[in-house]
Amino acid sequence: MAVYRDEGVVLRTQKLGEADRIITLLTRGRGRIRAVARGVRKTTSRIGARLEPFSHVDIQLYKGRSLDNVTQVETIEALGGQMSDDYPRWTAGNVMVETAERLTPEEREPAVQQYALLVSGLRSLAHREHEPTLILDAFLLRSLAIAGWSPSFGDCARCGADGPHRAFHIGAGGMVCPECRPPGSATPSPMTVALLGALLSGDWNTAEETEARERREASGLVAAFVQWHLERDLRSLPLVQRA
Amino acid sequence: MYDGAVQDLIDELGRLPGVGPKSAQRIAFHILSADPADVEALATALRTVKEKVHFCAICGNIAESDTCRVCADPRRDTAIICVVEEPKDVIAIEKTREFRGRYHVLGGSINPIEGVGPDDLRIRELMQRLSDSTIAEVILATDPNLEGEATATYLARTIAPLGIAVSRLASGLPVGGDLEYADEVTLGRAFQGRRRLD
Repeated sequence: MAVYRDEGVVLRTQKLGEADRIITLLTRGRGRIRAVARGVRKTTSRIGARLEPFSHVDIQLYKGRSLDNVTQVETIEALGGQMSDDYPRWTAGNVMVETAERLTPEEREPAVQQYALLVSGLRSLAHREHEPTLILDAFLLRSLAIAGWSPSFGDCARCGADGPHRAFHIGAGGMVCPECRPPGSATPSPMTVALLGALLSGDWNTAEETEARERREASGLVAAFVQWHLERDLRSLPLVQRA
Repeated sequence: MYDGAVQDLIDELGRLPGVGPKSAQRIAFHILSADPADVEALATALRTVKEKVHFCAICGNIAESDTCRVCADPRRDTAIICVVEEPKDVIAIEKTREFRGRYHVLGGSINPIEGVGPDDLRIRELMQRLSDSTIAEVILATDPNLEGEATATYLARTIAPLGIAVSRLASGLPVGGDLEYADEVTLGRAFQGRRRLD
């Protein structure tokens, strides 16, 4: 019997039959996997509480024909429990796990960088390190960058001309110079562009200094950028409650 | 596989939750060999449930008239509303015989990944009911999982400005179990919700 062990974050759960669940996990070693956890909806289940969304777990599974089966679970950190009592954080966390699932389309294809980013993003959210929308936008920009769609907030995304520039175009991949500027480009405020750059690079001091207006504008651009690259809408994104 | 009516029946039965193709075939052949009166009774029950049963205009529970049995009962306490996710939860709570108030069925829980937001649940109807000044307490009895907890958090925040007392069902150790077998999340909750013995 092929038994294996990995570390992972629960992305989502779906009911299966009377008392089982299908668990979708993003694991460190095997990327995204789906597994059946038997009997976890019963109140007597010892592992049900450990397999809630956002749980960071050490998990043992054995290979099944189509889906693997969960045999043992140990909690590394129950991040979901720390978020469910704060609605804006919880809705932001939902967007993060949905994005992680969408950016790992192939099951069992290792995605270590996405995994590490998701764990640190959820931890930051659960430990209330920054405003939930700032953490969410930073996560979205960086997860797209890992997927190969890194936006440019300095030099021109098309010709590479030195920045700063005024126009932003999603299709072009970020800020564009006056020569490359396609029709329909947005012109965000310079502080918003600085915020976006700070979120992408992890400069939290600059990000924390911004005002609500710039954060709102940045969130709008990030949301449009994500939806454009993912091609299909993120279902959880419209439900994010912004402070 | 089979011809006409038998295959149609197997296909229809196979669409029911938890019924696989083999089970569907077994049930179909059982129906085929069963007494015609029994089959007629089953067919009538299926038809009646769709014709007669609908949702209570007040609480959203299943009902055979405009209001459900609980809402129509004048002996129930109108000052307390217990909020649950599904009609099945009403039955579970009724079995305890601990609650004498009325219910409000949301029709699910907030689940952003599945695209279910507050507007997709019967939250607006709940807020309308709460505008009645006779209501003194709302008990949030959503499922003790992450979606249920987050839905309860959302409701508590939405109800707070109305000045109505809001409580949440306790969660902790199951009766009849051993402490050593409890998982750390449940045990942690049991500690948070411990009560003083005077």
